[in-house]
Amino acid sequence: TRKELPEHFKAYKHVWVAVEIEHGQIHSVSFELLGEGRKLADKRGVELAAVVMGDDRARLEEAAKECFEFGADCVYLACDPALVHYRNETATNVLTDLVNTYKPEILLLGATNLGRDLAGSVATTLKTGLTADSTELEIDEEGSLAATRPTFGGSLLCTIFTLNFRPQMATVRPRVMPMPERDPGRTGRIVEFDPQIVEDDIVTKVLDFIADRDSDKANLPYADIVVAGGLGLGSEENFQLVKRLAEVMGAEYGGSRPLVQKGWITADRQIGQTGKTIRPKLYIAAGISGAIQHRVGVEGADMIVAINTDPKAPIFEFAHLGIVADAVTLLPALTQAFSARLRINRLAS
Amino acid sequence: MHIVVCIKQVPDSAQIRVHPVTNTIMRQGVPTIINPYDLFALEEALRLRDKFGGEVTVLTMGPPTAVESLRKALTFGADRAVLLTDRYFAGSDTLATSFALSMALKKIGAEFGDPAIIFTGKQTIDGDTAQVGPGIAKRLDRNQLTYVSKIVETDLVNRTITVERRAEGGVQVLQSRFPVLITMLEATNEMRRGSVENALKAARAEVVTWNAEAVGIEDLTQCGLRGSPTIVKKVFAPGGRTDEVQLVDNEGNPEARANALIDAIFARSPDVEKDLFDQAAHHF
Ligand SMILES: Cc1cc2nc3c(=O)[nH]c(=O)nc-3n(C[C@H](O)[C@H](O)[C@H](O)COP(=O)(O)OP(=O)(O)OC[C@H]3O[C@@H](n4cnc5c(N)ncnc54)[C@H](O)[C@@H]3O)c2cc1C
Ligand SMILES: Cc1cc2nc3c(=O)[nH]c(=O)nc-3n(C[C@H](O)[C@H](O)[C@H](O)COP(=O)(O)OP(=O)(O)OC[C@H]3O[C@@H](n4cnc5c(N)ncnc54)[C@H](O)[C@@H]3O)c2cc1C
Repeated sequence: TRKELPEHFKAYKHVWVAVEIEHGQIHSVSFELLGEGRKLADKRGVELAAVVMGDDRARLEEAAKECFEFGADCVYLACDPALVHYRNETATNVLTDLVNTYKPEILLLGATNLGRDLAGSVATTLKTGLTADSTELEIDEEGSLAATRPTFGGSLLCTIFTLNFRPQMATVRPRVMPMPERDPGRTGRIVEFDPQIVEDDIVTKVLDFIADRDSDKANLPYADIVVAGGLGLGSEENFQLVKRLAEVMGAEYGGSRPLVQKGWITADRQIGQTGKTIRPKLYIAAGISGAIQHRVGVEGADMIVAINTDPKAPIFEFAHLGIVADAVTLLPALTQAFSARLRINRLAS
Repeated sequence: MHIVVCIKQVPDSAQIRVHPVTNTIMRQGVPTIINPYDLFALEEALRLRDKFGGEVTVLTMGPPTAVESLRKALTFGADRAVLLTDRYFAGSDTLATSFALSMALKKIGAEFGDPAIIFTGKQTIDGDTAQVGPGIAKRLDRNQLTYVSKIVETDLVNRTITVERRAEGGVQVLQSRFPVLITMLEATNEMRRGSVENALKAARAEVVTWNAEAVGIEDLTQCGLRGSPTIVKKVFAPGGRTDEVQLVDNEGNPEARANALIDAIFARSPDVEKDLFDQAAHHF
């Protein structure tokens, strides 16, 4: 399967990350990708570049600075009023033009709604390979990108290559890669790119944006502590015990997939393969069996604590700490005990 | 209005098992279903047809047995079913899949009328890439609206469509023009059940069946394994963790056990302990 790379692809060099900026905010996954991209670029002995696009030059220059501090050597900056919001058409055109002009060998994007929409369009336009939702990126002995992703509901992994086409593209979910160290003051060079977009030529218009600012929107992927419940809790009423513990600990709460199906929690609080990937310092799972699809979403946690009545539950195979106990009685006791300790500490200080 | 819905027949993965010794997938006897997101798309399409008139065509690419999924879609009320099947399509990645489907869609347009909307699901539950929808749109040079949770308005006179799209950190309200491709999220609409009358019709219905040649594919190097730039090199089981779980002693009343667990948490991670107390100090 490995042929000599076609002549016209030999000029393709460097590792790129397409940075996600919406409403002035850089999505953290972009920094995680810069961290990973840095390692790949060093291994290949090439540059790491970031692509930023938007309508606000000052903000884009600020974003470029952040990219340098997180490891980029170069930033391709596309500024145009038509790039005020993400739209498939405009973003695909800008990114494909950039790739065709500057020829990167590897192009990484976040596996977010924005990133998947853009990556799928760009890969098809360029007629190259794209590996979805990678969890591991490596350079093999021959210098190709080896992207590993879970398959069959996470029970197996497979490694995918794009050997005979360029760029080699992959998306990575938020929180799968660790956040890199920031190197304040680190700089690089900016390459301006004029996308020359004519707004009238773009068919799709953004009429409105309704931000999820309501406090109930979960930010599970970035929470330091997550408390979650599963079917073992037995009822929606008992699930409130999870919420109460989370509240006392200042944590986010979530659950296994069946709870979404039962309507005990909303879909944005589902943890696992088809829900959110989390990477907290502490994860407490109460009444969750630890099915493989759940496991792949929590394995990045520094500490996994399992509360389960069944000592043979699969979750004990990957938890760090466990207690064989009835969650319905233990959770209120934990809530009590935490709140007592936190209160004592406050009085003492 | 003519609408085409792309559906994929997928294994009912809730029932997929991995062989504990050989780590291979045990596919035998695993039932297949229509990819769940494609059913949301189908429901949306049927609603539009019921409101504005027209026809719904369902299209799938797969082995001849995928005809079952098409018949199922007919029982829900689709008007026409097209099966795209050929051994040359075997082993297609998303680029080759979008190529084959786009060729079939062109032929559908030529034979049965150009579709105003092509629907796909947001992603499948097996390949799970969410790449085929955007791929088809680019191949057919259509406007695309991905991750759509709601169709707000369809204006047939001005040929515009307004949708809500799930974006990062919020919902985008987008307006585009027909013809479009839409990838559907789980919608809030209640899904209809198949009717007995439709089931009878579906059993007898003729499923349009095309191979590569029939949809005008001359360049077979764009199909199947040969037309797929991605190469799966290795399939393996995730490495297990080697350290064993530390079980907290389960003696005493819930209060004693809760405190023992907290001690164990703080012993393993002084960092978490510090965070908690810092946060408590700020909060009260
Ligand atoms: C394609 C696909 C994708 C999926 N994606 C996800 C996903 O993203 N996330 C996800 O979570 N699941 C996912 N699943 C479902 C997954 O396979 C499991 O079915 C699910 O995680 C089980 O949820 P659970 O652990 O809450 O329930 P169960 O498996 O029923 O486990 C309940 C556990 O609670 C314990 N228990 C019972 N009573 C008590 C008590 N009083 N106190 C303490 N413990 C008690 C039991 O011993 C048991 O271990 C997916 C499945 C498929 C097929
Ligand atoms: C475990 C596994 C991992 C894979 N990883 C990759 C990868 O990283 N990159 C890659 O390029 N390919 C990959 N493939 C191949 C890819 O799954 C196939 O090309 C597949 O035919 C289409 O992709 P999908 O299932 O991801 O569809 P998605 O892109 O998730 O599907 C989106 C929608 O497109 C429509 N659709 C998809 N397939 C069909 C069809 N056959 N007929 C009609 N409509 C359809 C449906 O409406 C569906 O809801 C993988 C396959 C497997 C089994």
